[in-house]
Amino acid sequence: MKKLIFSLILLVFLITACQATPLTQQVPPPYIDTGIDPESWATIPAGKFPLGQQSVMTDIDYDYEMMVTHVTVEQYANFLNEAFASGDIQMGEVDIAVDDRDLIWTEKGVTGYYEGDDYDGYKHEEEVLAEDKILIPFPNSTLRLTREGDTFTAIPGYENHPMTMVTWFGANTYCEYYDYRLPLELEWEKAFRGTEVNDKSDGIPFPWGYEFQQNNANYYASFDIYEEMYGKLGSTTPVGFYNGQTYSIDGYGDYETIDSPSPYGLYDMAGNVWQWAGDNHSNQHYRHLRGGSFMTYEIDLRNWKENGVAPYHYDPDVGFRCAR
Amino acid sequence: MKEFLGKRFEYLFRSTKGLTLVAIALVAIVTGIWGTLSGPMVEWGVRDIIVNTLGMDIIPADREGRIIMLYHTIAMTIIAIEVYFITEVLPMKRREQVSINAVITIGYMLALFFGLGFAYFGHNYAFHGLFLVGQTLIFSAGLMLLAAIWPWQEKYLLPEGSPYARSKNGVDLERVAFFAMAAMTLTSSIWGAVTGSYWGNGHETFLGEDIIRHPGHTALQKAIIGHLHIMVSLVASAITLIVGRWLDFKGKLHKWGIPLGIFGIIVLTIGALSIVWFTWAHNIIYVGAVFIMMEALFFVIYSWDMLIRTGTAHIEKPTFFQKMGALFSDPLKFGVGWQMVFMNFTVSGVGIFLAIRLDKVFRVWPHREERITLTGHWHVLAALIATIIILYYADLSGLKGKTRKWFGWIVIIASDIAFAGATIFSMKRLFVDASNQQTTVNNTMLMIEFGLGIILVLFALFMIWRLYDLFQDDGLWTKELKEEKQFNTKNEIEEQKQKLAELEKTLKEAE
Repeated sequence: MKKLIFSLILLVFLITACQATPLTQQVPPPYIDTGIDPESWATIPAGKFPLGQQSVMTDIDYDYEMMVTHVTVEQYANFLNEAFASGDIQMGEVDIAVDDRDLIWTEKGVTGYYEGDDYDGYKHEEEVLAEDKILIPFPNSTLRLTREGDTFTAIPGYENHPMTMVTWFGANTYCEYYDYRLPLELEWEKAFRGTEVNDKSDGIPFPWGYEFQQNNANYYASFDIYEEMYGKLGSTTPVGFYNGQTYSIDGYGDYETIDSPSPYGLYDMAGNVWQWAGDNHSNQHYRHLRGGSFMTYEIDLRNWKENGVAPYHYDPDVGFRCAR
Repeated sequence: MKEFLGKRFEYLFRSTKGLTLVAIALVAIVTGIWGTLSGPMVEWGVRDIIVNTLGMDIIPADREGRIIMLYHTIAMTIIAIEVYFITEVLPMKRREQVSINAVITIGYMLALFFGLGFAYFGHNYAFHGLFLVGQTLIFSAGLMLLAAIWPWQEKYLLPEGSPYARSKNGVDLERVAFFAMAAMTLTSSIWGAVTGSYWGNGHETFLGEDIIRHPGHTALQKAIIGHLHIMVSLVASAITLIVGRWLDFKGKLHKWGIPLGIFGIIVLTIGALSIVWFTWAHNIIYVGAVFIMMEALFFVIYSWDMLIRTGTAHIEKPTFFQKMGALFSDPLKFGVGWQMVFMNFTVSGVGIFLAIRLDKVFRVWPHREERITLTGHWHVLAALIATIIILYYADLSGLKGKTRKWFGWIVIIASDIAFAGATIFSMKRLFVDASNQQTTVNNTMLMIEFGLGIILVLFALFMIWRLYDLFQDDGLWTKELKEEKQFNTKNEIEEQKQKLAELEKTLKEAE
């Protein structure tokens, strides 16, 4: 019995000794070309679509376009370089105050002006003032950008991965800089699932349909090659990764994906990184995040599932795409 | 064969211990099977095997509704188990006990089988109707329980000088506490039932943790949130009273604790249910919670002191180590109190901390993190209650000697490892950011899986032993059945004697 207990304890120690690689210390992966162009846009035509978990038919009476993929690290680096040059953004520090300024901390990084939001004074609502806001923290070891002189560059290998560690202000500023905007949640949901419903009047829960398979999207249990490389939590995948190709990285085997675009041809609408939505909801300062990420289980990849956080928040699994 | 089955049937469905065994076995089976539908079991492919083998129909849009049905079916079974315990530990007429147990057994089984049938095996609305019939029967059994334990009946009054809490008129306050708990449970179920009647007609299925950050909630949403919170609290409150009877909670601490508990149960329920109308109802909840926790604290102090006193009774001046030895000598009896103390580290303490730091900490995290904390919080509470039931049931099953010690300590240690892991996991954002969380996630998940895995294996062994025992002609079950028959027969004789005396008295008065 003593031997058994000792063996069990030893086993637990051995298992816990297998430490995963934190995202901050990850060695960049080799560059993988998915063949999906991050500069491309898809048109979503006007019309009714099933909204939310209850699939309530709802009308959007205008056409709009959305980016086929998340904004990539390279695209964001280009934006930073252009916006710095034009003087729209700068390096700086901003104070972030919460709970009636009872708690204040300072964030260092790229900042830009935001015109503020209407404040309703609702319970738990924080005021979003007109002032310089944090767009991305810098320097930051989780950021996939480097800066030499005045030039930002994507870390090689991550060029076509989604831009992460970006606040809602950072995402909004990017879109507005190019005369785009962040998609509203209604627009995002329609772009995600299209207009079809089944015989039970349910819209599709995932961009590719009703069923979910491990290699449909990058989520917590996708077992992709990045999970092989970095551990269970994995990492982002290049945008458009789940397009039916089989990928190989030396030493980590092959990974076969299923082609998983939305009905309008958008990739990564579910999984990879959360996507900021543009809505400024009344009575709250939270901005919503949609689509789930490589850190979440499949339940968060369903069309109607929402996440939300203050607009100054950034995380390694939060990104965005634009609409116009 | 007929005799073989008949005897087992009599034990399983006509004795309290048998009924409890059936209900616990059903919860274990449901937990075992349905536990494979989420978490790591999904990625290991176990879910797909279960779904295909059993022919389940689980579409993503129905997930929330499905798991609400699952929670209800498990909760109904747990309530039935608690009612079995109550009808066993509280004096009442035999026929009352038999009727209550019969009605609640049919009720929870209908709710369990047809609830799961509706939710997981195609939406047959006849099944949904039978699920509702089951819940209605459980409600009826609750009303019958209220009538049976009515504390103001003369025969249940306590004499002066009784070591148990009593009113000036001799009313047994512990019985009042059971009565209050049952009455509040029935009241709370009305909140759930009324809201349920609006389902699909102005009310949509939701999980509380999903809408926590919505700035406004409808009255129906608030009713459900109040209902779910108070139901878990009342289930916890009921098991506290039950184990109090088991360990013969009495003396000064009983006299202080029970009245506090009664007040707490009523105030907490009023607070939780009035959230529909008053945003400040949280303050009522805090007041009620403090009183209930005081009752639990007094029980824990009493039970540990009792274990030390009885364990060192043969020693004239026991040392500190001898006292500790006595305290830890019976993990089943020590464990029920310990799990309540541990609840403060993993549930109550976390809840209070986050409430105080709500806008500074909790609401700074993404909603998903808040969701994880909330889900973890109540899963741990529910599982803690389950471990207390397991410890009590292990004692009822007559575990003795080394088996009792090993069983008790493994339940306590393994569950506490799992609950500690779940608490750290759900609070991880306090000390590690998303970029560096992987090690914390891996290790806490390991703690959870390890702890729960050990408990499940241990409990499976326990249930296999009980199943094996059922096939023995002179198994434990025959002893339990015999003892219960003797006890019930003696009680019935006493009841008949009393009844005869009453009739003779009436006859004399008439003459």
